[in-house]
Amino acid sequence: MSVEEKHATDLITVGYLCIGCPLGCRLEVDADTITNAVVEVRGYSCRRGKDYAIQEHTAPMRLVTTTVAVDAGLWARLPVRSRTPVPKDKVKAICKHLRSIRVTAPVASGAIIWVDDREPGIEIVASRAMPAR
Amino acid sequence: MITAAPRHLRASYDVVIVGGGPAGLEAAVAARDNGAAHVLVVDRDQEAGGILLQCIHSGFGLHRFGEELTGPEYAQRVVASTLEHDIDVIADAYVLDIDERRRVKLMTTQAGVSLVEARAVVLAMGARERTRAAIRIPGTRPAGIFTAGLAQRLVNLYGLLPGRRAVILGSGDIGLIMARRLTLEGIEVAGVFEIMPYANGLNRNIVQCLHDFDIPLHLSTTVVEIRGQNRVEGVTVAPLDETLQPRLDRAWDIPCDTLLVSIGLIPENELSQQMRLRFDSATRGPVVSSAMECSRDGIFACGNVVHIHDLVDFVSAEAMVAGRSAGQYVAGTLPRPDNVQLQPGANVAYCVPHTISTEREHTVYLRARKPLDACTLQLTEPDGTPVYARKLRYVFPAEMVNLKLRPAILQNFHGSILRVNIVERATEGE
Repeated sequence: MSVEEKHATDLITVGYLCIGCPLGCRLEVDADTITNAVVEVRGYSCRRGKDYAIQEHTAPMRLVTTTVAVDAGLWARLPVRSRTPVPKDKVKAICKHLRSIRVTAPVASGAIIWVDDREPGIEIVASRAMPAR
Repeated sequence: MITAAPRHLRASYDVVIVGGGPAGLEAAVAARDNGAAHVLVVDRDQEAGGILLQCIHSGFGLHRFGEELTGPEYAQRVVASTLEHDIDVIADAYVLDIDERRRVKLMTTQAGVSLVEARAVVLAMGARERTRAAIRIPGTRPAGIFTAGLAQRLVNLYGLLPGRRAVILGSGDIGLIMARRLTLEGIEVAGVFEIMPYANGLNRNIVQCLHDFDIPLHLSTTVVEIRGQNRVEGVTVAPLDETLQPRLDRAWDIPCDTLLVSIGLIPENELSQQMRLRFDSATRGPVVSSAMECSRDGIFACGNVVHIHDLVDFVSAEAMVAGRSAGQYVAGTLPRPDNVQLQPGANVAYCVPHTISTEREHTVYLRARKPLDACTLQLTEPDGTPVYARKLRYVFPAEMVNLKLRPAILQNFHGSILRVNIVERATEGE
């Protein structure tokens, strides 16, 4: 993301790199500086690009994927994921917290590993079954 | 993961598959579905699933399963399907050799060396990573230099962190994914360096692995020296001129204790070479027919051992062809041999399969040599006579091009060699 200019009309222009395909369109979003509402999108060459720019500007979301320690498992780490994408700015804190979690094998695939009490909807689940060693 | 113990193995199988990654497992299921009663998958790791097990990020399965999965989730689905198909899977086992009569020499920790007979074989050994030695980076040889995939295995399966401050050489997807992975595990990533003027990974990974974490990407820049006696103490990087020579006058030092190299994969073909199969010097894999059959009867191959794929979904698709063919070979129902040879032409590094039939439908995978915007994929006779053309919005070496070929497209073609070119739109019709 790069902030390029401020208009007299209280618009801000922010650049994004489209992730839809290898074309990698350089997207530009004009947004209201106060409400952050998207006024115009430029630089896209398909509908997906325009939608992505709006989503990425207003509410960027990411799937969290990391591992937690597992005792007595076939491997030392259990891969986990957020069930659904979470706000981008939460990713680092979630991963940092998950570094302190330990579970014991066997673990079922999809088992709930951690639920964030402060953030409704953030649920971390096992991405695989982990058999005991 | 349930696996067969070495003592429970049959003396002979219809199909023996070397490698229990997505390619081997998908081929096993397809072989069972197409006439093979007894199928054995041999894997050298402690469980089947292959490299997907350490690829804990998402982005797999959109084509194969119609949804986005993590690597372990994709592996788990394929493993489950293998077990439902009553296929023997043996882990912790290594194939040492396959002789002229397709006797497979197995080595296991429990039973030592044993022989298993196979009526057909599928090679699905995958690939391994190029190392520092492949590009001859000058400097000392301290600890702390890892291939990106090895670091991924250490972090994601063993819970071991490779260091505290890392530099990553190569902007392929594995390198980008590891930049994020190390950052999330508390390791500082000083930067990603790419020798080419463009990034080799998906834009999605540029954004979500680098931009999201403010990790700089330096294009047209490479590592010119590694320093440190026992452990890496730093690397020197330098920009490149137009002839790809490093500009040492503009070099700078980066203190770090870890260097990850993500500089490409090599099909793992020692076994295939031992079997004296014909090879393609561009793919570094065996030459295959549209049935994914190699130059020896009854030997099939699929996945990264044939050519490096960018999506596991395409590995699955290719493995289904190889497994189906192996099953048909055993059942004696393999269709007639191919009658057309594909020849890579302008801006095409390679095509797989190497031959096709004008009677059947095929998916041909090909890779461009250099990036182009609006361009045309054309099939011509060796003298340049056009046979077929398709417009492409772009080509990019890191993205494989899939070409669907139907008999109708080739109905007016009666030759035996088809040349495949990717040309700029402006030169179309020349």
